[in-house]
Amino acid sequence: MAVTTGSRVVETTRVLGPGQTPTVLDDTVNTPVLSGRTPAWWWAGFSISALLLGLYLLSVVHLITSGVGIFGNNQPVAWAMPIINFVWWIGIGHAGTLISAALLIFRQPWRTSINRFAEAMTIFAVVCAGLYPILHLGRPWVFYWLMPYPNTFGMFPQFRSPLTWDVFAITAYATVSVVFWYIGLIPDLATLRDSAKSRFQKLLYGSLALGWNGSARAWTRYMRAYLLLAALSFPLVLSVHSTIAMDFAVSQLPGWNNTIMPPYFVAGAVFAGFAMVLILAIPLRRAFHLRNVITVRHLDNAAKLLLGTGLIVVYGYGIEIFMAWYSGVEFEVYMAYNRVLGADHWWAFWLLILCNFVAIQPLWFRSVRQNPLALFVISVFVSIGMWLERFVIVVVSLTKDFLPSAWFNYTPTFWDWALYAGSFGLFGTLFFLFLRLLPAVATTEMKELAHHDAHHGSDYYERIRREYYGEEAEA
Amino acid sequence: MSDVASGAPTAGTPAADAPLHGLAAEYASPEQVLAAATAAKQAGYRVMDAYSPYPVEGLDEAIGQPPSKLGYLVLAAALAGAFLGYFMQWYATVEFYPLNIGGRPLHSWPNFIVITFEVTVLLSALTAAFGMLVRNGLPRPYHAIFNTPGFERATRDRFFLCIEAEDPSFERRATRAFLEDTGPLAVTEVAR
Repeated sequence: MAVTTGSRVVETTRVLGPGQTPTVLDDTVNTPVLSGRTPAWWWAGFSISALLLGLYLLSVVHLITSGVGIFGNNQPVAWAMPIINFVWWIGIGHAGTLISAALLIFRQPWRTSINRFAEAMTIFAVVCAGLYPILHLGRPWVFYWLMPYPNTFGMFPQFRSPLTWDVFAITAYATVSVVFWYIGLIPDLATLRDSAKSRFQKLLYGSLALGWNGSARAWTRYMRAYLLLAALSFPLVLSVHSTIAMDFAVSQLPGWNNTIMPPYFVAGAVFAGFAMVLILAIPLRRAFHLRNVITVRHLDNAAKLLLGTGLIVVYGYGIEIFMAWYSGVEFEVYMAYNRVLGADHWWAFWLLILCNFVAIQPLWFRSVRQNPLALFVISVFVSIGMWLERFVIVVVSLTKDFLPSAWFNYTPTFWDWALYAGSFGLFGTLFFLFLRLLPAVATTEMKELAHHDAHHGSDYYERIRREYYGEEAEA
Repeated sequence: MSDVASGAPTAGTPAADAPLHGLAAEYASPEQVLAAATAAKQAGYRVMDAYSPYPVEGLDEAIGQPPSKLGYLVLAAALAGAFLGYFMQWYATVEFYPLNIGGRPLHSWPNFIVITFEVTVLLSALTAAFGMLVRNGLPRPYHAIFNTPGFERATRDRFFLCIEAEDPSFERRATRAFLEDTGPLAVTEVAR
């Protein structure tokens, strides 16, 4: 195993690199945030994101002034790119919540160094996702009609509709994600407040830390609140993507009307989300010198989750085709045939299989799971694959439904692509601002982990780990 | 004794007769502050608090802080959320605006479960977060403990135990002598 000198380099398979004391951790994570100098890569990334954000705003203005006719949506393909991108973005968001909530409940110490930026990823992805259905409304300025409130129409939303369930699920999810993230940030903000140098930083972090002083009385309530929030977020995240799946499953359209949809959508969300976590973590750990904090161990674990959830998703593809045959319904059988061999979109299905099934197979090998470059490439494949999956489900099912006289093909327009590319700008701008202004790693939790590691490190797990990675014991 | 306590008076050091918030001892490790807090409780001190950069197991118990009851508050919020979420849907679809669609039942409860669940979780999570903030007295712009010299390290790598002047057993000299016996890096008077 490689040995470190100070806070410098070094790939390690431990959850925490050697020599990580509380002060070293604070300095590693907080120095780039508090430093007056902004690195060139940040400006480069931020500028590209801001340009794309400009494209997003331009598309939104054009959409509001001209109407949804600027998109390629038609009859029967009334749900197209906006819904594909909505589901794609929200799926990405789910990994952040699962890392911070589910892995906390399962007591996985490796979550600690990746949870903060993954939660930020969740919130920004939910922002990108949540705007899509609103923009797709036709009259986005009356989006509040979706919520129940006392109004002069004397009407309520249709509570029996999965689309209304969606409104509640997304609203609850966005709110709880922000609250969970902020509550987790408070002690870290206090750390920043106490080492802030400029007046701006003192004011910013001082106000945001709310006067947190780390009292033992406060910690008791804080830890309870954090655990409760985790316990609430875990089922919430499962319910959100299940609800999105029901938008499809409750309809009667062949290719949508499947009971497997909710669990299969949840697995797909985790799959896409972990791919995005890796896409963000791999450059991040290099740019911020975090390779002792976000170690090869984290990449390896995330890759295993990627492989596991990927196989569940592929099982879903198989079951969809099997159920089409087993149902004996002519329309279902034709849907499956059209999806796999149909003249218009066969390429989408086979690209999907390439990205989501073939591309993840190398993850069976430890050497691939521990190779950041390979993982990055595979994660990009998975992200594309998960976009194609939603394309296949939404568009291919809609183009050829029941009566051939109603069939119609679908082609995205320039504005479809502009809004999608622009949503990356929205996400990127928010994410780069987060990286510059807030700590990318939960320093407080890392300090606790470092203390445990140094004082009552669990020898049992350490031994298992060494056996697994085939390492010699350290002196 | 450390340089902080014996050196030139700093901005945070109160005059000899000024009213105090308490006496704060600074430690280098969580084990030390835990031992000191336990000793202080055994010595009869009751009004005290300990400050640490991360939660220290057992420290809350050592300073006499009972386990958090936040869970009960969140349970109440969850029940209220479930009731409100379900009632809203039942009221809208059965009482306020009944729609007869092919004679299907108005009170179609399976359709109401998802929103009931979401409202339950939303209300519980907000209660957990804001309940914690309110019970901790946050946001709080001023707290006397921040007058402790060197307290900015309490969020970094130092641990503090503060015996407050309100404690009936508090006595400037005796309490200082007691704290100095617990092996601190420094003992300082904290201005109110």
